[in-house]
Amino acid sequence: MRIGVFVCHCGTNIGGTVDSHQVAEEAKQFPHVAYSTDYLYTCSEPGQQEIQQAIKEHNLDGVVVAACSPIMHENTFRRTIERAGLNRYMFEMANIREHCSWIGEDKEANTRKAIELVRMAVAKVANNVHLHPSYFDVNKRVLVIGAGVAGMQAALDCAEGGLDVVLVEKKSSIGGRMAQLDKTFPTVDCSICILGPKMVDVGQHDKIKLYTYSEIEDISGYVGNYTVKIRRKATYVDWAKCTGCGLCMEKCPSKKAFDYHNEGVAYTTAINIPFPQAIPKKARIDPKYCRQFTKGKCGVCAKVCPVGAINYEMEDEIITEEVGAIIVATGYGLMNIEELGEYGAGRYPDVITGIQYERLLNASGPTQGHIVRPSDGEEPKRIVFISCAGSRDLSLGRPYCSNFCCMYIAKQAILTRDHIPNSDVYVFYIDIRAPGKGYEEFVRRAQEEYGAQYIRGRVSRVYPRGRHMIVKGVDTLLGTQVEVDADLVVLATAATCAPGAEELAEKLRISYDGYGFYIESHPKLRPVETNTSGIFLAGACQGPKDIPASVGQGSAAASKVLALFSKDKLESDPQIAQVDESRCIGCLKCAETCPFGAIEERELRDGRIVARVIETVCQGCGLCTATCPPGAIQLQQFTDNQIIAEVEALCQAWKERSSG
Amino acid sequence: MSGVEGKELRVVGFLCNWCSYGGADTAGVSRFKQPTDLRIIRVPCSGRVDPLLVVKAFMSGADGVLVSGCHPRDCHYAEGNFYARRRLEVLKRFLPFMGVEPGRFEYTWVSASEGARWQKVVTNFTEQIHNLGPLHHFGEGDGSGGDR
Ligand SMILES: Cc1cc2nc3c(=O)[nH]c(=O)nc-3n(C[C@H](O)[C@H](O)[C@H](O)COP(=O)(O)OP(=O)(O)OC[C@H]3O[C@@H](n4cnc5c(N)ncnc54)[C@H](O)[C@@H]3O)c2cc1C
Ligand code: SF4
Ligand code: SF4
Repeated sequence: MRIGVFVCHCGTNIGGTVDSHQVAEEAKQFPHVAYSTDYLYTCSEPGQQEIQQAIKEHNLDGVVVAACSPIMHENTFRRTIERAGLNRYMFEMANIREHCSWIGEDKEANTRKAIELVRMAVAKVANNVHLHPSYFDVNKRVLVIGAGVAGMQAALDCAEGGLDVVLVEKKSSIGGRMAQLDKTFPTVDCSICILGPKMVDVGQHDKIKLYTYSEIEDISGYVGNYTVKIRRKATYVDWAKCTGCGLCMEKCPSKKAFDYHNEGVAYTTAINIPFPQAIPKKARIDPKYCRQFTKGKCGVCAKVCPVGAINYEMEDEIITEEVGAIIVATGYGLMNIEELGEYGAGRYPDVITGIQYERLLNASGPTQGHIVRPSDGEEPKRIVFISCAGSRDLSLGRPYCSNFCCMYIAKQAILTRDHIPNSDVYVFYIDIRAPGKGYEEFVRRAQEEYGAQYIRGRVSRVYPRGRHMIVKGVDTLLGTQVEVDADLVVLATAATCAPGAEELAEKLRISYDGYGFYIESHPKLRPVETNTSGIFLAGACQGPKDIPASVGQGSAAASKVLALFSKDKLESDPQIAQVDESRCIGCLKCAETCPFGAIEERELRDGRIVARVIETVCQGCGLCTATCPPGAIQLQQFTDNQIIAEVEALCQAWKERSSG
Repeated sequence: MSGVEGKELRVVGFLCNWCSYGGADTAGVSRFKQPTDLRIIRVPCSGRVDPLLVVKAFMSGADGVLVSGCHPRDCHYAEGNFYARRRLEVLKRFLPFMGVEPGRFEYTWVSASEGARWQKVVTNFTEQIHNLGPLHHFGEGDGSGGDR
């Protein structure tokens, strides 16, 4: 075999702490190496051309590039050698940047390490074989999970692109958080006025199949062929019959049910339609508060419903859908206000959250848009906003910025002065983060045009005195203590992951970070993809994001799906398990271990039973390989021989090092 | 055995492609300094790590072996790391019978976002191996182990 080695300097990224030239020189000694060189930027166009030229000139049949992480550039270089006529799997990378030059300053030790990493990669390539993809059919339907503004945008774009969409939403109406907002920054247009028509489009689109009040039960399969089990939770109202007339709500005697849409600022009835613009506009019973469920008798709604839609016996239903791709758009949650004890949150009714304030501002909210104090229903004259309540706070385990609070505080300050012109508005802030288009100008308007008084500094405590709340903090610009006598305190609570985000990630087999936000494939280059092919991210489930960014991502995810489905057949990764039938003893331990059910039994002509791998189902994890007693099932590209070759090359290097 | 000052020992790491290899990349991108002894071998899943590969590494000259995968319940292959945990736990108990101190082998979980955690894992493990010193190998040397 003739292997070529190309050692990158990556400018000074590698070259600064690794002697790339020496690595290339040493590599010449390794078995099978026919050519070895170093290059300033191997991934650049001339760098890649050099590889292609060397393949031809030196008749290479295997290539090692010692550079950055294969997660970054393995595919780049596989395409490079493919263009030069080699099989793309006759390639390995030695990671001498992330795992070497960037983590140690000792050039001698780094260079020695780089040489050994290259030696391992060479040993592996020497054991590589040509692999060829096979092709399989795609089911060109897409599942969107979460119908906030990001999920709705994604669903609409996919549907407009001609795809059949299955949209699953946990709540009984679509719309997400945006449906709760009053106006939106930085244009101050009415939130539901721009969202409502989109909601109607989603509800009426003949290519969108909507399951609200539903959750994902289970997902199996792989890109192109996912099977999804959806739990339609019992609403106790037959939605096929319900006309959304609302008679039941009028008559329901249980009037103290928790109102999710209004964030507990008001009560609702046990049977309710969450808000007037809800899509679908259907009633559901909250059994926690329904007297028929808690006391065993009532039945008022069943009596008044003109179409006989009420069904107290209804049960959850499991539905199965087949799709080829999935867009996750489950949004965010908000920190529980009670975690913020120093602000008196949860203890004093006049300390509320930003989203509750949003409901107070809203003309279709519980107060018809009148700002009132929860404690006595009076109009507050002095309102204090506290930013970063729980965000950017290491002690609460949330060092990150919640992204949209600075902006919605500015918005709420403006709206407050609009609603109550003679009010005083104070904003405590640490710094103002307003980098979006028109954002800085918007915050300035709140300060200059609307006279909101911005105080830079953290609030240490909020406590009641008489009918007021005392907000105690420091003004770090003036270097003084400040105390504001407030009628109402509004906390910009930290954005968290959506409730249940981790469980859903486990079902989808995608990764999440320490806070429960989903991890994209690459933060810069693959922002809406996940590491599980066929699964994409949109909106705040990936990290706190405002509406423009969420909508942008919704469209981006949709276009990724459309691009994926632009092919009739997808290429399957040939790095899968393969059975050596002559060694297989038919114990089928591999089949028991395989998490994907990718192994089936096969009877040979002589009646012997062996294992067979279903190519399109195998995900290439190699569990079977580590299980098989005779080593008959080998994961291609990660066979026992290949890994052992790496171990041995390394040990050989160590031996030479200690004797020489 | 004594610690080995200023001298590298021979440490192999088997890392799953999705979480721990990504975590090691993150540590690198963040320029988190680490001891240079470790050599990483990429595998798709910690569940691919046949205990015999670990044994093989020890037999061929490694002083320490580290396996790292995705956190339990966060496996790219659903349950690969559960298989890994079961197998590697058994291996850990078996190694002393081969004359390998249990401290020479560890398995950990590090996710792709946990660069800082990876730095800590590598630093602690390398230190642990340095405290144990070089492994005396089957049928070679006088047992002092320090002659390489
Ligand atoms: C007080 C406040 C004011 C704001 N004001 C503005 C503003 O003026 N301008 C602006 O740009 N941004 C504003 N924002 C931010 C805005 O709310 C977000 O940008 C936007 O809602 C993100 O949309 P999304 O679709 O990603 O998530 P969401 O709106 O959270 O939608 C996610 C949807 O997914 C559903 N879901 C969650 N988990 C599951 C599951 N497991 N299965 C099925 N469905 C699920 C949820 O029920 C929800 O409907 C504000 C935020 C707050 C807190
Ligand atoms: S009364 Fe019947 S039809 Fe009317 S909203 Fe209630 S359940 Fe629906
Ligand atoms: S590698 Fe083996 S265990 Fe893993 S999916 Fe393929 S057949 Fe199943």
